[in-house]
Amino acid sequence: MTSDRIVGIDLGTTNSLVAFMQGESPVVIPGEDGLNLVPSVVALDDRDQIIVGNAARKYLIETPERAVYSIKRLMGRGLEDIREELKLFPFQLAQDLQAGEVLRINLGEKAFTPPEISAFILRQLKRNAERFFNAPVTKAVITVPAYFNDAQRQATKDAGRIAGLEVLRLVNEPTAASLAYGLDKKQNGIIAVYDLGGGTFDISILKLHDGIFEVIATNGDTHLGGDDIDNLLIKIAIDDIRGDANLDVSRNSEVVATIRKAVIEAKIALSSAQETALDVELPQGKRYQREISREQFEQLIQPIIDRTVGPCRQALKDAGLKPKQIDEVVLVGGSTRIPKVRALVEELFQRKPHTDLNPDEVVALGAAVQANILGGGSEATENMLLLDVTPLSLGIEVAGGVTDKIILRNSTIPASATQYYTTQIDGQANVAIHVLQGERELAKDCRSLARFDLKGIPPMTAGMPRIEVKFLIDANGILHVSAREQRSGKESEIEVQPSYGLTDDQVESMILDSFDYAEEDFRQRQVIEARNEADTILAALEKGKKSPAWGQLTSDEKKKIAKLGKALIGVKAEDDHQAIRKAIDLLNQGTMRLAELMMDTAVSTALKGKTMDEADMGEGSETGHPVARADFE
Amino acid sequence: MSFCDAAVLASLAHAKSERSRYAFMAMESNTSSSLIMPGEATATCWSCGTMRAVHFCSACGKVQPPVPVDYFTFFALPRKLNLDIALLEREFYELSRKLHPDLCARADKREQEWSLEQSSLLNDAYRTLKDPIKRTEYLLRLEGVELEEQSKTATEKARTTGEIKRQVVPPDLLEEVFELNMQLEELRAQKKIGEDDPALVEEIGKQKLELEEKFESLSEELKVYWNDWDSLIDSDSEEARCKARDKMVDLLNRRSYIRNLVRDVNEVLGN
Repeated sequence: MTSDRIVGIDLGTTNSLVAFMQGESPVVIPGEDGLNLVPSVVALDDRDQIIVGNAARKYLIETPERAVYSIKRLMGRGLEDIREELKLFPFQLAQDLQAGEVLRINLGEKAFTPPEISAFILRQLKRNAERFFNAPVTKAVITVPAYFNDAQRQATKDAGRIAGLEVLRLVNEPTAASLAYGLDKKQNGIIAVYDLGGGTFDISILKLHDGIFEVIATNGDTHLGGDDIDNLLIKIAIDDIRGDANLDVSRNSEVVATIRKAVIEAKIALSSAQETALDVELPQGKRYQREISREQFEQLIQPIIDRTVGPCRQALKDAGLKPKQIDEVVLVGGSTRIPKVRALVEELFQRKPHTDLNPDEVVALGAAVQANILGGGSEATENMLLLDVTPLSLGIEVAGGVTDKIILRNSTIPASATQYYTTQIDGQANVAIHVLQGERELAKDCRSLARFDLKGIPPMTAGMPRIEVKFLIDANGILHVSAREQRSGKESEIEVQPSYGLTDDQVESMILDSFDYAEEDFRQRQVIEARNEADTILAALEKGKKSPAWGQLTSDEKKKIAKLGKALIGVKAEDDHQAIRKAIDLLNQGTMRLAELMMDTAVSTALKGKTMDEADMGEGSETGHPVARADFE
Repeated sequence: MSFCDAAVLASLAHAKSERSRYAFMAMESNTSSSLIMPGEATATCWSCGTMRAVHFCSACGKVQPPVPVDYFTFFALPRKLNLDIALLEREFYELSRKLHPDLCARADKREQEWSLEQSSLLNDAYRTLKDPIKRTEYLLRLEGVELEEQSKTATEKARTTGEIKRQVVPPDLLEEVFELNMQLEELRAQKKIGEDDPALVEEIGKQKLELEEKFESLSEELKVYWNDWDSLIDSDSEEARCKARDKMVDLLNRRSYIRNLVRDVNEVLGN
């Protein structure tokens, strides 16, 4: 059973969650602080320990150079892609970065790639789940924005691996949400999922049919979300401060972080209040104070939320549907709490959106549903099957720098395409292939995924070889390529050079690096588990001492047991789980006869007409009575 | 694309049968063994030993290694162009429930691979067959027609590289196209100096509407040819089949020509 425990993880821009299927419904697993949401914030404390989540938030303000948020925006991206992000986010890139290299972010004196930073968040979620189950968790379903490209998906998968998780499936966030919705509703029809989160926007249109969740079309923007609203408000505040107080705070990261906190609070307040106030302490004893009404706020954000309209229209067009044909619009993502966003959706789809689901949790809950399906299903998920699509067309660069599309967007995945290549000069042994993703006609406007080199083509005259290259997009939306020279039947060797990804070797070495933290985690967990067990056994021993059976032992036996108990108490205070286990085993063996005597007493008491409970058996045999454990050993 | 002879045989055998499921065939018909690929595929399920079906074992449900078959054969359909889309969708859902990788997540690596390949084949086949134009193009390609010069990618390539596309102007459009091209040229020139004549824009817009109507009407015309083709499915007359085929090629040619023309017009009109 333990090995089948697969969790669902929503690795969000702003918050992350872990959920699992408890019985017939998915539930979110809270963190140690009792909260369901783990803020996607990672910090390095002054002892170079990684801090994640709520505990890391204070570092954003106290030591901004040692903390990072919204790392999801950098997943699977290169230096050339993120110029805009750098203007708006306080990401501290490593100094020695080269173009085409995987990004590295400084946290204090250390530098980490985005997958490594995401892995810290995943590890925290894994730990939360392990604490909850009191057992290791190694398998997960992780959600990604539907509009994530191959590189961003691969980076997410890498993050899972680095965190010690086998990623059984990457599920698109809006699709995951539809699973949670469908589990609840069990209705056939067409639904649209409008997902505006912290950093990404997705729109997916699905057909629900007797448990089949078939995505018909999807669209989105992987750089559009609540963050953009925050950044706009921050910019206005900084401009105001420059004008009113004659202060340039734009380079003061602590002040910017404080402003950020204040504008986020104001944004949230304006979803329920008509008016709110900003009040930020500034250097030189100055203050920034400003009132903002909902009306002003709505005017300001209009251009941002209007950017969701285009993708929605395109998705409808691709699906061949009119807004009227959509049976329900489901809202997902924290930013859909903004009344203006809801109004926009209502206007766009000509109906009131469905807002019953918790927009922060529904994606994680859906991931848990998918995890359950992958694990073999249950009564609740029986017959449920997700048929998702690839959000972007896959193409090959051909003569003239043109993209030749071979798998069109919105194709159901897994999907494949076969292309044939030949050589241009006699005896040519290699053919280079450039794989692209995107909708634009020119290769330079599409996202470069990888360059492949077909090697070892048998020597033939130009044009003779017929090399069959098969492109396959798997159920995670990730591309696989295989090639074969048909005339010789020889499998061509393919050398994959991902354009912005980590190589397998890099991921392996990061997994090793992560043991610095992971081993610590694992060891601590083992110590905690061993201590818990020691406590249970010691408690049982105390009860045993009070039972009539204790009197039947010889004084030597009693002495020996007391000594073993003392030894266990002593070793329990130390951090060595193996020593604790050993002491537990010794105590178990030493108390074997006591346990037998207690059992005899209990049985004879029962025969006398008393119940087992009344006969002092401790808390029943389940709670780790020495004999119970000894038997299982 | 090349097919093993046996697969072709299989599709022919099926062409005569209205039964649309391989899985059933394997169980219900003694002749089903003739459908099984010699050599690479075994006659029994690799897992439970029962006689295998094509995509999955009808007895134990295990996914079988994929066999290279054409899309019609995959769905055990005859090579007919009139297709019951609702039925196809039902088949697609049913096969998805057997072949999708989500349902094989706990299976061994080998079966997972097969499931990935089988379901990608299923999805590719469904995507192609459910669309009337893609279905027609696909069938024509199976029948040996080289459609490359009509294909969208070829046209796009030509547009971007500035090469002349090898596309023949359909004779019945010759006159109209000539005039429209002249007008487009004129409007382009006017736009360059920022003085476009509203009357010309209107005239071109009108022609565009006519072209779009023609484009739509071609879909109806195509259905007539489908009927011709389908009625000849069992015919031995190679000549009649060729004639039906060529009519469809001609129509698709006209269709893609009009589509590109409308695109050119849209580009010049700027919408």
